[in-house]
Amino acid sequence: MHTTEITLEVNGETRSVTVRNADTLLYVLRDKLGLTGAKPGCLNGDCGTCTIDVDGNPMKSCLMLAVEVQEAKITTVEGLKYSSLQTEFVDKFAFQCGYCTPGFIMNANALIKQYPHANDMLIKEWLESNICRCTGYKEIEEAVKSALATAQTVLRQQ
Amino acid sequence: MTIGDSIFRKEALEKVTGTAKYTDDYHSPAMLHAKLIVSPHAHAKIKSIDILEAQKAPGVRAVVTGQAEFPLTGEEIHDRPPIAFGKVRYHGEPVAAVIADTLQLAKKAAELVKVTYESLPVVNSPSEALSTSAPLVHENLGQYEKIQHVFPEPNTNIADRIKIRKGNMEIGWQESEVTVETNFSFGPSDHAAMETRCATAEIRPDGHILISSSSQSPYMIKKLMSEYFDLEAGKIIVTTPLVGGAYGGKVPTQLEIIAYLASKAVGGRPVKVFNEREEDMITSPVHIGLEATVKLGSTRDGKLKAAKLFYTFDSGAYSDKGATISRAAAVSCTGPYFIENIWCDSLCVYTNHPYATAYRGFSHSEVLFAFERTMDVLAEKLGMDPFELREKNAILPGHTTPTEVDLNSSNVGNLPECLRKLKELMKWDEGRFIKINDRKVRAKGISCIWKTSTIDTNASSGVILTYNPDGSLNLLSGLVEIGTGTKTVLAQILAEKMKMDVSQIHVRMEVDTQTMPEHWKTVASRGTYMAGRAVQQAADDLIRQLKDMASRVLVCSPDELEVGYGKVIVKDDPTKSCMIADIAYGHKYPNGNAIGGQIMANGKFMFKHMTHLDRETGSGKPGPEWTVGAQGIEIEFDTRDFTYRILKAYSVIDVGKVLNYKGALGQVMGAMSMGIGFAGREAFIFDRKGKVLNPQLRTYVPPHYGEHPEYIVEFVETPHIDAPHGARGIGEHGLIGMPAALANVLSNAAGINLNQLPLVPELIWKIKTQGVQNDSV
Repeated sequence: MHTTEITLEVNGETRSVTVRNADTLLYVLRDKLGLTGAKPGCLNGDCGTCTIDVDGNPMKSCLMLAVEVQEAKITTVEGLKYSSLQTEFVDKFAFQCGYCTPGFIMNANALIKQYPHANDMLIKEWLESNICRCTGYKEIEEAVKSALATAQTVLRQQ
Repeated sequence: MTIGDSIFRKEALEKVTGTAKYTDDYHSPAMLHAKLIVSPHAHAKIKSIDILEAQKAPGVRAVVTGQAEFPLTGEEIHDRPPIAFGKVRYHGEPVAAVIADTLQLAKKAAELVKVTYESLPVVNSPSEALSTSAPLVHENLGQYEKIQHVFPEPNTNIADRIKIRKGNMEIGWQESEVTVETNFSFGPSDHAAMETRCATAEIRPDGHILISSSSQSPYMIKKLMSEYFDLEAGKIIVTTPLVGGAYGGKVPTQLEIIAYLASKAVGGRPVKVFNEREEDMITSPVHIGLEATVKLGSTRDGKLKAAKLFYTFDSGAYSDKGATISRAAAVSCTGPYFIENIWCDSLCVYTNHPYATAYRGFSHSEVLFAFERTMDVLAEKLGMDPFELREKNAILPGHTTPTEVDLNSSNVGNLPECLRKLKELMKWDEGRFIKINDRKVRAKGISCIWKTSTIDTNASSGVILTYNPDGSLNLLSGLVEIGTGTKTVLAQILAEKMKMDVSQIHVRMEVDTQTMPEHWKTVASRGTYMAGRAVQQAADDLIRQLKDMASRVLVCSPDELEVGYGKVIVKDDPTKSCMIADIAYGHKYPNGNAIGGQIMANGKFMFKHMTHLDRETGSGKPGPEWTVGAQGIEIEFDTRDFTYRILKAYSVIDVGKVLNYKGALGQVMGAMSMGIGFAGREAFIFDRKGKVLNPQLRTYVPPHYGEHPEYIVEFVETPHIDAPHGARGIGEHGLIGMPAALANVLSNAAGINLNQLPLVPELIWKIKTQGVQNDSV
């Protein structure tokens, strides 16, 4: 079994880890680094529960290899510290079982950063890659829109 | 104080920060991993299994295959080997498990296991299962152990038959001036919880068995494991952390048994069995399918006089909860209407499909799809408005149910009020078919709902409350937090009772069957009722103890005292009080003497007067109350390509009392979304050999973000006097009417009878262009 020691930058920390070339980023985050916020849902890119942020883009970590991201800045849900988006998710009851929540939050977080003025169409285009089985999505829509409004206010003030 | 308020769920911060833990999130270097080898055939003899190469593969610690000495399992009928033995009965059935140091090594070795099969003829639907020439899925059905109230029919594929015989059908048909008869069908589908099922097991040197599982039934796992393997129940400890969605799918005991057998094979070391999505969809239990025939008779002015119902549930290869589901279907076989004469046979039938278990609504969305659709067919034949027909027959206090339970103003909600509100919200009087242009129409359709529970008559729920030194309380309940927020509602019920701030109540989310009192199973929309009553009982005891202790400090009789706001207060002189924090651990006198000790209390609850159903007539009282409601859907339909968009989805439900407004709303909207998915798109696609062609979320597609309609949800509050604050069950009900409402609105829009699911444009096109084959209206 061929393994390599690699260095990853995760949530602002540099972490050394020994991986197989075939290890997915999701597996390494969860089983080697103890960051279990990203969840396995389908391991096939169909559900979005494993979504994390790689260099500002939401990525499905089940479809990436750990060895691919050695030069990248990785942020997982554990790296977000009480962002307004997280507060909005609580406030709007935008989750029930909570399993899809880290993926939705990481996806929407990148959306808000890249497109703070995102319209309904763009929000749908981004978020339709994730599945939530508990809510009716309305609550998620409200949370994301509220967080976008907050981001817009901040931008205006700047 | 807190009842009705939208209190945030207690585990909210955990869930948005990624620190909430689910079963697979627990990992240790000592843990081994099992990979299942599953059957590629729906029905085949296992000729041989060669595990030699796999055993020699790197990192492999054991390979487990089915054995004659393994017990047969199943909650009602012991019909399922934990790992297939002799033959396989469904595509996806476990045939062997490879246990290795890592999942990757286990997977690699699993590819080296060689299984040879000899295929057998396949039973691919309930009607095929009932044909006299059908192959038998279970040759030894007559010999299986079973519980008392299930009646398999040996040498057939019938696992159970529940009969309802109410009134006199002859008179019913004589009084019927108009009759309709309609056939319905849909195949199995899936729960598709985002967290796939996962279980770990470890056998300790002292004989304790530690199991962790993403389950709705940790206490049932304990009970069943003890039964199956003749183990001391006290030595089995099951833990369940947060569960990532369940919807009934995590009721059964399956992977836990395999994990236990795997651990046993490696000397008791901890072993994890984790379902990948494909396994979760077909190896683990699915959502049941149904074939149904509904015949209704009414007078010309729409008074229902007779109902003849034949339901055959596709339980798949094993009965699991299929028999109980068929029973629940019989209990609610007519929808929420009063009909004097009812004949119903509800069958649980074996096929070679993945086996079925509970699914949100527990037979009700399935049966009501057939019944409520027939109501619309009847309304059309009568030339009557669908609302009017339903209003005319609505179940009311004073009526009896199909199982002849007498209804009163407490045990059934107010259906006419739900219908009235729905009609107003939907602006029904503006018309239910509006042509927009040459191509598009807007249409509306409705369905009524009702549901009671059919859980074990002696199901128990317990709660323990303990004080902390700061006067805050710990709440321990065996109820599993599957996403419904019930444990937060329990905190609200406790806060209300103790007149304290809900933030001062600490709720243990993880369940541990050794240290927490049993909550039978987290199912049937009964968590709040059962555990809530237990909380209230325990709180009464706390109050008694607080008053007793405070009476010594305040030097008066306990009767003179009142508890609230963190204090025990003298009723007629509020200036005299003592802090609960100061007496929560007893009282210490100035000289050092002390009395009391940490104050703690327990409460328990069991429903009263529940009965089994009579085998010949079905009469009996299966549940304590009925939640009723009315739902509707408005769509825009394209008459050229038969696609449609759901614009609005409506629910008006009599919840008795709203305990947490946004929580209740979320339960209803989420269930509606799930029901729309089931009705509109979700189904397994089987080939002729019973193989599932779409066991992936790419090919089996639940609703995604952006497809959701506008939800319009309102509540009616008719209290159920026995339940905490009068609240009725609400966890499942939003789903129940969606399939019928969607079928009714699409039938209206397309001008045809749509009596199958899922309602994909292709089905509409086929029926529109090729005609209806299964109707005799």
